[in-house]
This record gives sequence, structure tokens and C-alpha cells, in this order.
Amino acid sequence: MEAVLALAIGVLTASGVWLVFRPRTFQVVLGLALLSYAVNLFILAAGRLRTDAPPIIGKDVVDPTLYADPVPQALVLTAIVISFATTALLLVVLIASRGLTGTDHVDGEDDQ
Amino acid sequence: MTGSMQHLIVAPVVLPIAVCAVMLAFNERRRMLKRALSLATTAALMVIAALILWQADKTGVPQVYLLGNWSAPFGIVLVADRLSAMMLCLVSVLGFTALLYSFARWDRSGPRFHVLFLLLLAGVNGAFLTGDLFNLFVFFEVLLAASYGLILHGAGEERTRASLHYITINIATSLLFLIGVAMIYAVTGTLNMADLAARMATVPPEDLMLLEAGAAVLGIAFLVKSGIWPLSFWLVRTYAAAVPPVAAVFAVMTKVGIYIVLRLNSLLFGGAWAETAGFADNWLIWAGFATIAFGVLGILSARTLSRVAGHYVLVSSGTLLAVIGMGGLELTSAMLFYLVSSTLSVGALYLIIEPVERNADEDDIIPGLEEPVFDDEYTGAIEEEENEKGIVIPGSIAVLGGGFIFCTLLLAGLPPLSGFIAKFAIVDALFSGPVISAKAWILITLIILSGLTTLVALTRAGIDLIWTPAEDSPVHLNVTEIVPIGLLLAACLVSMILAGPIFSYMEAVAADLGDASLYIDAVMNAPRAGEPEMGEAL
Repeated sequence: MEAVLALAIGVLTASGVWLVFRPRTFQVVLGLALLSYAVNLFILAAGRLRTDAPPIIGKDVVDPTLYADPVPQALVLTAIVISFATTALLLVVLIASRGLTGTDHVDGEDDQ
Repeated sequence: MTGSMQHLIVAPVVLPIAVCAVMLAFNERRRMLKRALSLATTAALMVIAALILWQADKTGVPQVYLLGNWSAPFGIVLVADRLSAMMLCLVSVLGFTALLYSFARWDRSGPRFHVLFLLLLAGVNGAFLTGDLFNLFVFFEVLLAASYGLILHGAGEERTRASLHYITINIATSLLFLIGVAMIYAVTGTLNMADLAARMATVPPEDLMLLEAGAAVLGIAFLVKSGIWPLSFWLVRTYAAAVPPVAAVFAVMTKVGIYIVLRLNSLLFGGAWAETAGFADNWLIWAGFATIAFGVLGILSARTLSRVAGHYVLVSSGTLLAVIGMGGLELTSAMLFYLVSSTLSVGALYLIIEPVERNADEDDIIPGLEEPVFDDEYTGAIEEEENEKGIVIPGSIAVLGGGFIFCTLLLAGLPPLSGFIAKFAIVDALFSGPVISAKAWILITLIILSGLTTLVALTRAGIDLIWTPAEDSPVHLNVTEIVPIGLLLAACLVSMILAGPIFSYMEAVAADLGDASLYIDAVMNAPRAGEPEMGEAL
């Protein structure tokens, strides 16, 4: 399972970085989206990988080893919301830039 | 401590957000109401910041506010110590003046200026107050989201292009921030800064490298914000494209990055634990030198004043970071004085640029009022004609020229103003040791060189823009433009006259920073409200 997760994070990051360096704005947005997926998985991994372990401790059970770490899960939720919102904002700016400059190049002008 | 004073700490964050929520309920046409609300809020923020400063200095220990009344490592804390209080004061003064300046006409060149402005202040205040790494991320996102809106304020092609780069870079940086936070959490199991600092000693040696890598990734996120070379190429263009009051308040945003670097460097790598002590110092010093050198070259090659100001922001960041890397009590207190002085003066410069350049070549200046991108957003927002003619002040050129000379003296660090005192104190602290290291010599050279080039560039620009007789009518100045610039310059003047007491305060800040246990104890032992010691607090 660790290998699968590590591979997923690696592939997502590599694709994301490659896309961010592309010259078209839409590719950059997709790259940032992929990078944020990779980062979200990474945060989840920071809390150690557990299967079938609930994150919320009940009233009478006292053994914390049976439970998953809830903090990274809470962090991931926040991170997902924030990166989702900022990506949406970037999309709006992208469209405004496309409309104003007439090109979807990241510099606002096509290199000849 | 009484109950009401305790809740003061949360006010710099809650007050602007609450006012924003109220303001969103009103139509964009109710401009005077919005102006009154936002001006009253920023004025209140100044009073609150001053009270927090007074309280932090009087008690001498960091004031801790437990949000939701959860005790320290589990809940989120806000911490107001001397350093945070000082930064709160700085940002509230700059916020108030920039907002007042925007009433001249800038707040009308786009929708929802006041809401975004107050949200930016809330985010910056929160970043200065928080004692928790993940909460810091949230406040960073609040201030960044507001800054995305503000950089686009006024619309126009150049602003859209610059903001596209700015937003992309900042989203990527936020991802680095998250990676750093996750790595630190994976090693230590905590995100509370005080708890983290206390656990540094117990990190097993085999995990130390992972922790340092996490801290380095996190640090890069802040260094991008503070504009360190080679991660600073976005800064000058973005700041030049922003409308003047926004650029002025952005000048303090680079200081947010610097503040966090200073805070984390002193808490985590402050020298209490030999394995990690001084881990970032050399990086900060050399990157700081490179930043100053880049800024100096930029100042010399800049052809518009806003680019000079942008490169000056870089010089100031580089100086601060290099001095943070070198450390030491005297040097740190001199650095803090320089931080205050340079932020106020570069804010004043950003505000004075536009009136000064008004007579200059029209092509160099980005127009303030553009065609709206979305028609429905602008109902009743633009009345360009009437606002161009404010009250004509006789001798407006003299006022402008005087203000500009004042700015130049401050930025170049010439006597007798606060810029000189700050640089002199840094150089003096560098010379104070028995042996002066090579790094100290390089820094002294760079500081003096940066002052000289700033003087050259600003003198050249001043002769071009102020002495050259204008073909058309003389500059029209609004009172709302003169007053804020005057306020900022007066603040610099006050910090020159009161340099003695300010320096003793800065020394106390530096001493606090040198003793991480003070911060750790205050946060970890903060009593919950309702417990015996704090009977009347809630």
C-alpha cells in the first residue's frame, strides 16, 4: 500500500510540475490541480497509513493505537477547500487574461 | 489580566472580518458608508494594536489566547508577544494610511475594494498572531485570496497579466507550504509552534534530516513571499502593476514572510539544541546578499519610480534576511528598527509615486481607471470627471517635492532621519565584535552601496519628474493624498525622535526572541478560562 501511495504521489507531482512549466495557461491550471492532489495525498501519508481505523475516539475505548490520526485528515479537508477555491479564482483570471490579451500564453503574448 | 483585555488579542482578526460581512450586505453605491465603516475599522485596529503593544510590553510575557478554550497543544492559540504586537502596529498604521489615500479615487476603480482591503488586514494580523503552523497556512490563504482581488483591482491588461503570474506562483508556494507542514507533522506529531520548539530536543537523530528538510521546504514558501533572490522575479512587476494604495500595503506583505522566518528561526533553530542550531543561517546570509545585490542592480536599471520602489523592497528584504542569518542581540534589535523604518518609508514612496509621475510621460503610467471587465460589477462605481479636480493646494509642487526629498533621505539612509539611524545601528552592531568577519564586511559594503544607488536613482527621477516644468497645468493634489503621505512620513519622523525608547523596546524584542523558553512556557502553561486562576475571564 505504501508503494502504491508513493507511486501515486510521485506520478501526480511529476505530471503536475511538467504541466506547470508549459506555456499555455490551461495547462498550468491543470498542473496546479494535479500538484494539489499530490500534496493532499502527501498530507494524508504524514499521519501514517492505516486501513479500517476510525479517526474519532469513542467514549469508553482508551487504546489510541486502534485509531487513525485525525489531524492530517482535518488538514487535508482544509487544504482541499482552499486549493479548490484558489484554482477556481485562477480560472477566472485566466479567462480574463485570454479576453484582454487575445492569447492563452502565460505571458499574455505569443513568442514568434 | 481582566476579561476584556484578554479578548483584545483576537480583535485584530475578528473585527475586520465582521465589518466585511456587514459591508457585503450593502450595495456598491453606498460608497460613503463603506468608506466610513472601513476607515473606522482601520482606526480601531490602530488603537487595538497600540493597546496590545502596551499590554505586551507592560507584562513582558507573551499573551496567549486559547481559541475555543482548548488548552495549548490541542487547540489553536493566538499569541501576542512584543514582536507580534510591534508588527500589528506597523501593519495597522500602513493600512490606515493606504486606505485613506485610496479615497482620492482608487477605491472607485473597481468593486468591493474596502471588503478586500479589510480581509487582507485580517489575514496579515492573523499571520502575525497565530501560534500554530496550520493556522498560519489558513491566515496566509486569507491574505493571499484578498491580495489576488486587490492586485486585480482596477482591471486592465497589465494588471491581469501580472496577477496571473502572481496567483500561479502563490498557489504553487502554498503547496510547498503544505508539504513542509506535513513533513514537520510527520516527524514531530505537532503543529503548535511552542510545542514544536519544545519537542525539537526529543527528535531522534535519524529523523532530524527529515525535519530539517521539512523546515527548509516551509522556509522556501516564506522566502518566496519575502522576495528572496532567485525567487523574487514576480515581485517588482506585480507591485508595479498594483494601484498605489494596494502596492503600499503590499510592502508589508513581504514583511509577513520575514516575520515568520524570524519567528521560526528563533524558536526552532535558535541554538538551544546543538544538533539543529543555526541550520538555516548560512543560507539566509548568502541568499540575503544575493537579494541585496539583485535589488541594487535593479534600482540602477529601473526607468520608472514604481520599479525603483519594487527593487527597494527587495533590498530591504535581503538586508533583513541576511541580518536574521547573522543573529545576535544588538544586530537583531537594529534589524527590527530597520524593518519598521523601511516598511513605512517604502509605503510612503509607493503613495507619492503616482502624484509625482502625474506630470510625466503618459506612456509610463498604468491608467487607474479602465474599462470594466464585467459590466454588472460596476454599477455607479465610476465617476471619473469630478474626482480629478480635488481641492487645489497652492504650491502643490513644493509639497510633493518636499515629500519626495523626505522619502529619498529615508530610503537612502541619509542623516538625520530614521533610515539613517536604522542603517547606522546595523553597521555599528556589525563592527561591535572584537573580530569583524568577512560576512560582516560584505554586508556593510552592500548596505552602503544600496543607500548610494537608491540616492542616485531617486535623485535622477526627482530631477526628471519634479524639476522639469510641466507643459500643462501644475499637479492637482487631493487632501486625501497629501494627508496619508504626511502621516507615514510623520511616523518616520516620530521614530527618529523617539529612537531611544523604540530601541529599548526593540532590544526587549530581541531578548525575547533569544529566549525560546519564554514563548514555550507562556503557550504551554496558558490557563484555560474558567479554571481557578482565571475565574472571571469568561
